[in-house]
Amino acid sequence: MTRRLLDLLDTKEMVVVCGSGGTGKTTVAAALGVQAATRLGGRVLVLTVDPARRLADALGLAGALGNTPVRVDVPGAELWMAMLDTKAGWDELIRRHAPDPALRERVLANPLYRNITGRFVNSHDYIAMEQLHELHASGQYDLVIIDTPPSRNALDLLDAPGRMREFFGSALLKWLTVPYRSRLFNVATKPFNQIADRILGSRFLQDIAEFFVLFRTMEAGFVQRATEVERLLVDDRTTFVVVSTLDPAPAREARFLAEELRRRSMPLGAMVLNRTLPAEVRRPVAARAAVALRALDPGVVGEVAATAAVRPAAAAHVIDEVARRFGEVQSVATREAERRRELEVLAPLVAEAPLLAGDVHDLAGLRALGRRLTGGREAGGSR
Amino acid sequence: MILDRRLLFVTGKGGVGKTTVAAAVADLAAASGRRTLLVEMDAKGAVAAAFDAPALGFGPTEVQPNLFAMAMNTEDSLREYLKVVARIPLVGRIGPLARTFDFVADAAPGVKEILAIGKVCYEVRERHYDLVVVDAEASGHIVAQIDAPRAIRELVQVGMVRDQTEWMLAILGDPAVTGLVAVTTAEEMPVVETLELVGKVRSGTDVDVAALVANRVPARWFGEADDAVLDALLAQPVQQRLADAVGVKAAGGVTSVFRAADMARTRRGMAEAHLARLLDGLAAPVPLTVVPEVHARAGGRRVVSLVADVLREEWL
Repeated sequence: MTRRLLDLLDTKEMVVVCGSGGTGKTTVAAALGVQAATRLGGRVLVLTVDPARRLADALGLAGALGNTPVRVDVPGAELWMAMLDTKAGWDELIRRHAPDPALRERVLANPLYRNITGRFVNSHDYIAMEQLHELHASGQYDLVIIDTPPSRNALDLLDAPGRMREFFGSALLKWLTVPYRSRLFNVATKPFNQIADRILGSRFLQDIAEFFVLFRTMEAGFVQRATEVERLLVDDRTTFVVVSTLDPAPAREARFLAEELRRRSMPLGAMVLNRTLPAEVRRPVAARAAVALRALDPGVVGEVAATAAVRPAAAAHVIDEVARRFGEVQSVATREAERRRELEVLAPLVAEAPLLAGDVHDLAGLRALGRRLTGGREAGGSR
Repeated sequence: MILDRRLLFVTGKGGVGKTTVAAAVADLAAASGRRTLLVEMDAKGAVAAAFDAPALGFGPTEVQPNLFAMAMNTEDSLREYLKVVARIPLVGRIGPLARTFDFVADAAPGVKEILAIGKVCYEVRERHYDLVVVDAEASGHIVAQIDAPRAIRELVQVGMVRDQTEWMLAILGDPAVTGLVAVTTAEEMPVVETLELVGKVRSGTDVDVAALVANRVPARWFGEADDAVLDALLAQPVQQRLADAVGVKAAGGVTSVFRAADMARTRRGMAEAHLARLLDGLAAPVPLTVVPEVHARAGGRRVVSLVADVLREEWL
């Protein structure tokens, strides 16, 4: 390996950590943040979407995390953390883009506002990207690492800014904001409107129309912003880190994601393989040992039991079980190796963290994980 | 018995194996003689993969005897609704209109959800199947999905959709008919999210939480008495003695074999602690089924049938 993960963090300003749910994305993002802040210096911010409670508690952030960054107590480093709050993010956007206070209040007070912003154009994804832009543009941080929302489809995230921009030019918005009366008499859409009316009731359609008429007054600001956010994703200063385990489903998703990033000219900087089985279990000598342990002479087992001060029958049973089950562990490791080969050709840099004995839930754990990841291919023990 | 209900929503945090469990529930139901429909809500193709079947459409495909599977599509659902319920004779030229409707449905709260949940409830009401199993949205979105009829009733003042919400709510709120199965793994975040989910479903909807399934739980290799034996065997002099005994070609691997056992034991211990927190955290008890981690050589249908075997022991 010629390049290491730490160099990648050193040369970029924004790191987008993505991958399927359940792969330890949040922990990896936090561990990279700790490494960057302590080993590279500068102000580093980690923007997370759902931190494990215990992780937040251990970092002294219990209950304090929101869109506003808080400083994490890491000796000798400036590490900040924030958590994505979609609702607050939307309110902020409306405040920024509303042409006047009266209109702003009308939007915020509209009964459909929360419902609509909560649902359309992958709102959560857009707000995540928007916050990344906002924090980077604030000029307060040397590096911003974002742990992305667990998207049903990771592409929603990448497409969110474009879809937001397109939404403002769409036939849908035009249709929604045409005065309701004249819509009923428009020949082209008359049949549709009659159906929509019968099914949904005209009152509901009017409520929606009113909301979007208000929303449209903010078009210029929203479109410009979405365009900027979209540009950020293909910027030289941005890199993507795909996190995956070597289980079949996350690996499939990681592969798909890596291919789609390339198609969109979005720079995949590294692939992080998390919670892999330690390399030692794949060694042929371990397989030979497992076979030999099952064929031990009873006399030898007796001697071993005496050394260990346990009953010979118990020793025989445990040795046999340990050796027999080792085959299961090894076959999982073999399949992992196969998937590793498929994934590692897709990224310029691959970092790996073996399955740890415990959950990472404090700074020491984050440091250990981060060192494994940024130190390159350090041989990893199981504990 | 849980399979005597007629509608089961299977949900869970992304990555816990929700689709595998939904497929196993459907597989078990079909094998026990129930005509079963499995509905994939997010149309990602995971249900087809679980049965090694070709891509699914809105029209059901019989993936094995008694077991039908379909992928939800709100446009087709609207088309069917217009034809069957609203009796609007526009089916032939609905194409562009449906597309526009899809746009509106994207923007208007609850419309997509009601079309999806409406189709599911319709199949239950018409008794086309003995059991409808829904591979539902992930836990973050499930409440919006199953609560859509109520949201629509509150937002829409008049119109046919509102009129339809009453019978849907009756189906969803009857614990003899409808239940929710929450899938988790024995890990920290999935357990936290599952507790949140159960709380939200109980406080925000009328749907009954029928069962919890803990998937991929690391197996216990041996009993507690043997744990002390393993500790004794892990001591350096004992390891050395074993290494001497297996011969020079295998000696270097003994420690790896024992370390793997130690790691498996640690993982099992962590899993047990997480499951204990899950059960402690429930305000009212829900039956928990533990599905051990499977080391199948094949994926797809093989894994589904292994999980179904575990469910059979506890659910039948």
